Amino acid sequence: MAIDVATVKKVASLSRLRESDERLEALAGELNGILGWIEQLNEVDVANAEPMTTAVETGTPLRDDVISDGDKVRDVTANAPKSVDGFFIVPKVVE
Amino acid sequence: MSDLTKMTLKAAVDGLKAKQFSSAELTDAFIGAIETANPALNAYVELTFDKARQQAAASDAKLARGEGGALEGAPLGIKDLYCTEGVRTTACSGILANFVPTYESTVTANLWRDGAVMLGKLNMDEFAMGSSNETSYWGAVTNPWKSRGSNAALTPGGSSGGSASAVAADLCLAATASDTGGSIRQPAAFTGTVGIKPTYGRCSRYGMVAFASSLDQAGPITKTVEDSALMLQSMCSHDAKDSTSLDVPVPDFSSFLGQSLKGLRVGIPDEYRLDGIPAEIDALWEQGIAWLKDAGAEIVRISLPHTKYALPCYYIIAPAEASSNLARYDGMRFGHRTDKAQSLTDVYELSRSEGFGKEVKRRIMIGTYVLSAGFYDAYYVKALKVRRRIAEDFTNAWNSCDVILTPATPSAAFQLGDAQKAADPVAMYLNDVFTVTTNLAGLPGMSVPAGLDSSGLPLGLQVIGKALDEGSVLKAGYALEKAAGFTARPDRWW
Repeated sequence: MAIDVATVKKVASLSRLRESDERLEALAGELNGILGWIEQLNEVDVANAEPMTTAVETGTPLRDDVISDGDKVRDVTANAPKSVDGFFIVPKVVE
Repeated sequence: MSDLTKMTLKAAVDGLKAKQFSSAELTDAFIGAIETANPALNAYVELTFDKARQQAAASDAKLARGEGGALEGAPLGIKDLYCTEGVRTTACSGILANFVPTYESTVTANLWRDGAVMLGKLNMDEFAMGSSNETSYWGAVTNPWKSRGSNAALTPGGSSGGSASAVAADLCLAATASDTGGSIRQPAAFTGTVGIKPTYGRCSRYGMVAFASSLDQAGPITKTVEDSALMLQSMCSHDAKDSTSLDVPVPDFSSFLGQSLKGLRVGIPDEYRLDGIPAEIDALWEQGIAWLKDAGAEIVRISLPHTKYALPCYYIIAPAEASSNLARYDGMRFGHRTDKAQSLTDVYELSRSEGFGKEVKRRIMIGTYVLSAGFYDAYYVKALKVRRRIAEDFTNAWNSCDVILTPATPSAAFQLGDAQKAADPVAMYLNDVFTVTTNLAGLPGMSVPAGLDSSGLPLGLQVIGKALDEGSVLKAGYALEKAAGFTARPDRWW
């Protein structure tokens, strides 16, 4: 199925990316090339194949339900684009 | 003094312990080499010479007392994907251009625990997405190797291009790298160095900038197989901070080196004989088979029937995981924030579009597409099922063999700015055709330099092993290294 520019625009918006119209058009071509190449997976018989989500099967490890970390406000905000007194300063969200 | 930089990691560690030279002398030798070479090679993106000198002094004090760890005083380069406390870590992306971690990755913490010295951070493809190191925000890395009779700049491969270039040019004793689809083994093959990706889960991913979490795995790039065993020993550990980290004992990797190959069954997969692969690579593969046979191994023909589907499968799974992982870069808590926004959506979209490079954006969009409503089953779930088939191929193969021998890459190093690969993403992706299967199956794989092509460029062979059997991989890799006697070095043109 070929991807048109409108679809690329929608995918960009879902990806929270903003691309120029020129670039969207080029991307449509690139994505079609990649997805066309990927279509060959349809040749594979995957009947009864369990989807593989992890390379090495291990149970989910559980740790003790205790506080083992914290008091790192300065560390957490150290790389914030803007912060004051341990708070993140973010753009106005509600008008 | 400059000869100190040409040593192997093992020889340097032994020399330091025997007090033949100090870590300060060794570190200064590397600093001098980097100052000369880096303007030409662009292997390092951040230099930490003050820190290196401090660490070297501390190591010398320990060594003087007869103390010190397995890597005491050894100067290393660290791929810019590993968070290093107080040292800028960008994953070579514009979106992290000013990011200074307040914590240390587990892998690098293990190296410092064992006494290693950090010279600086090494260049890579942005977020490890690339096979030529050309997607780096800080510019491409140049391969120290050149084709005979040509002055054209070649790629060191990617994504660990800075690591490979630095090791090949004697700008560190060894380097950390990481491998999601071939990012350790392909650059190692392109630069005449050794690269090993251990079993998924052997090394903690804590503090490694995430690309595709079910595939990403740490590993070293080194000058010799022996050095890779030494680095791996330090890098591997169980870590409660990574839920996929394996709680299994780490064997003494060096103990496998030099063991007899008698009784070792080496599988040769029919499906790795691809059309359009240079005859020299096929010939090297045949040579490798002969070497292992001479060393006592039994050669077995095997079939890995789903091999050709590994790359397309990977290019669904890796972008899907990347699109999800990279959603964290929203301009709020860390990373680049645009100053051109009028609305909240502007902040998200412009921060990301300004911060990410072209290839990263392309992969985020592929990932978003294959995960989106209506396509999730057709693409993503389908790929997960194909991944199962690929893993089953290996499980079946292990009935008749213990390790697998393949070429490492479908070509030698190519030119930076290759027009065909720039125009066609799929042509670039094909670089990983021999390496990507082990990432999907979670298996250990190692690239060993085995020869030169007709233009004098290095070529590598790959050994793949069973899960957690790095020992057999190292054993076979060591035998290949000995048989190949690969001693070629790039001419110093920088």
